[in-house]
Amino acid sequence: MRCFIGIDLGSTTTKAVVMDENLQVLGRGITNSRSNYDTAAAVSKQEALIDTRLTLFRRGLDGIPSLAGQVDGIIADLERNFRHVQFVEQLDDLQQTCIGNIKGPRYVGREKAVVEALEEIFRRLQESSGALFVAGAKRKSDFFRDLAGADFMQVGETVARDAGLPFDLILNVYDKSIIEVENRPPAGDMEGKFLRALEKGAGGQGRAEMIIKPVQAALAIPLDETYVVGTGYGRVRLPFPKEHIRSEILCHGLGAHMMFPETRTILDIGGQDTKGIQVDGAGIVENFQMNDRCAAGCGRYLGYIADEMNMGLHELGPLAMKSTKAVRINSTCTVFAGAELRDRLALGEKREDILAGLHRSIILRAMSILSRAGGVKDQFTFTGGVAKNEAAVRELRKLIQENYGDRTINISPDSIYTGALGGATFAVRAVVN
Amino acid sequence: MSDVVKEKSMLMQKEMIARNYEAITSKHETGRKVSSTFVPGNLNELLMCFGIVNNLPEINAIQSGMRKVSGNYIQEAEKRGHSEDVCTYVKADIGQMSRGNIAPNGKPFPDPDVLLLSYTGCYTFMKWFELLREEYKCPTLMLHVPYQGDGHSTKTMRDYIVKQLKEVVIPGLEQVSGVKFDIDKLREFLRNSAKAEDDLVWCLEQGKIKPSPIDAYFGGVYYIGPIFTAFRGTTDAIEYYKALKAEVAERIRLKQGPTTPDGTPFNDQKYRLVVEGPPNWTNFREFWKMFYDEGAVVVASSYTKVGGLYDQGFRHDAENPLESLADYCLGCYTNLNLPSRVDLLTKYVEEYEADGLLTNSIKSCNSFSAGQLMMMKEVERRTGKPGAFVESDLVDPRYFSAANIKNRLESYFQMIEQKRRGSGKAA
Repeated sequence: MRCFIGIDLGSTTTKAVVMDENLQVLGRGITNSRSNYDTAAAVSKQEALIDTRLTLFRRGLDGIPSLAGQVDGIIADLERNFRHVQFVEQLDDLQQTCIGNIKGPRYVGREKAVVEALEEIFRRLQESSGALFVAGAKRKSDFFRDLAGADFMQVGETVARDAGLPFDLILNVYDKSIIEVENRPPAGDMEGKFLRALEKGAGGQGRAEMIIKPVQAALAIPLDETYVVGTGYGRVRLPFPKEHIRSEILCHGLGAHMMFPETRTILDIGGQDTKGIQVDGAGIVENFQMNDRCAAGCGRYLGYIADEMNMGLHELGPLAMKSTKAVRINSTCTVFAGAELRDRLALGEKREDILAGLHRSIILRAMSILSRAGGVKDQFTFTGGVAKNEAAVRELRKLIQENYGDRTINISPDSIYTGALGGATFAVRAVVN
Repeated sequence: MSDVVKEKSMLMQKEMIARNYEAITSKHETGRKVSSTFVPGNLNELLMCFGIVNNLPEINAIQSGMRKVSGNYIQEAEKRGHSEDVCTYVKADIGQMSRGNIAPNGKPFPDPDVLLLSYTGCYTFMKWFELLREEYKCPTLMLHVPYQGDGHSTKTMRDYIVKQLKEVVIPGLEQVSGVKFDIDKLREFLRNSAKAEDDLVWCLEQGKIKPSPIDAYFGGVYYIGPIFTAFRGTTDAIEYYKALKAEVAERIRLKQGPTTPDGTPFNDQKYRLVVEGPPNWTNFREFWKMFYDEGAVVVASSYTKVGGLYDQGFRHDAENPLESLADYCLGCYTNLNLPSRVDLLTKYVEEYEADGLLTNSIKSCNSFSAGQLMMMKEVERRTGKPGAFVESDLVDPRYFSAANIKNRLESYFQMIEQKRRGSGKAA
């Protein structure tokens, strides 16, 4: 089937959306940009194609009356099992890479011990990896680096100690290897992996037999990459001709229009950009403003704060929601805000209250960009990674109400894919229209 | 990058500028007096009456920006206590002075004999000359030009300037130079000015043609060079504008666009822009490339009017010499209020059939950048054409963020393209 793909190469994450020729979204994929846009583009595209397969499975299974009401569960099981197969494969790769990287004077005479320690670490990681992918498991991140890294640190320290080896010997080899593995997109053979995932169990023998045929049929559909459009900061790195590249302003405008056709104003807060965009009734950009010369108040600001507070990025919003008191953070400079944060902590302010203040200061910056772009019209759509943060959304709602009155505020759970969605729509238009 | 390809008029101008630097730096040998003055409100013809050589610190700062030495000068000035927010022309000049004050010809700049400050809307000029006066301890002559706050000049304003010329500026220059003022000499120079001005205006107005044979911003800064600096009133300037006019006429005949620094005629013009604000000088060529690579040509700009609004009808007038110097100063773009600037930019977008107004806002220019966003919105409202806003600096290389600027420019051009295809094509 003809597939139209939009890829949004952001500074933090790279997103891809696959669409069919009727502008229906088939799949979405995301990965960390890892300073290697080629890999990021390849991985996000592969992820979106994996998601496309899942959509095709769903379509195949939806037609089976005896599975009514069970399809969501089956697809979720299949995906988790597929992820586990993929994770195990990457762990294998990481193990081989680590062993290959045991080189240099520090290791002389200790090679065997280090290899044995690594083998033990990876044995334990393999063993415990199932738990990461059981139904309902909470993961701090979906990226291999984060998942494997966290466990490696924990297990590695114990194993190294028991083996009487300095942990930094192990860590050193890991640091070198994770970058190599991360920059190597997971091997192809998506179909084989799905079949293996299927074998891992999909709820009893009878059910497995019932679903295997439709799944195989869905796997047999060829996914042709008919047209790919790239956007985002890394777009010049994409191996596409110029007409396949669109500015992210246009892609975000069109993407937001596709999600919410009544949208007239869009706020996008990404890793290093804050954009205020006005579009007309057809999703055509009328005006835009971006942050100038300084990326304070963008997504990276939250990343920095999360690091400072030794928290995961996804944990910031929920904690800030617990705030009962507003703490003012005045600095618009990310680094200074870090200093303010430590100062407030020292003064005994609660973490949640400080975090609420930080979220407010981000949104205040965004409000100023929106006013420069011509204000907030109805309807208003908030996109980008920061739109997933409930504390940021809460502040935004408050400030829009105060400054512009009643506005319909749209936030899609898939808002992070807005740019890629716009790109995919451009891809369809380039061929179909 | 390859070497810049220059047209004949550009080489002519280069040679003229070199000659002027030679005249400045050889003042001890020739015995000529040197004045420092500014581009807006520049009284070159008057200085010529006294045989005084005209040195323009702004132009020196631009030169050091283009030669990539301004960054060091600015840091030097900051070391001496000038804040990060101060106009970078000033800091480049101050930094250059503290590093031996070497002119582009490699010889040291001599101290000026007089500072002639013609104040036309930029308050930084006054502070700049205070610093220079402190440094050089030489006479300062200030011509106070009233701001056109109400959007027009009056006879009182004109009389006030003429009175200052008669009572302060001319006697001051006589004293510095030891030369008696001769009004007939001034008339002769003003006649030269008007001739050159006619040809300049003709060239600028060819931006109305499609494809445009000129680039009124990146090319424009070359076109205005002689008239804005030490050559207005000279026969050199008349010759220069004749040559420029011939080049533009030839391009029209061949249906060619302006020549880019790569030496190729820029014919594939997809977007026609009006630009407000000065260019960035430290990355001038890179900045220009971002436009022509995407097919954007500038058909009119306000920067090419900071040294005089000749295209709006003003000419130096030999019949009313001092009055016309007064009118000239009053009418510089820097001396106009915001509504007049909006009127002018709107007129340009319409008359030059532009796709929109692009503003390059200058980080360190507080007096000129204020209100630019409002102006842009008003021009957008009146013309229905989209505007865009980019930010950089004059000669501080630290404030040129190529990735950001390119990103915004490309977004802007694609937005114009998308709008052109029409709202009919709903997603």
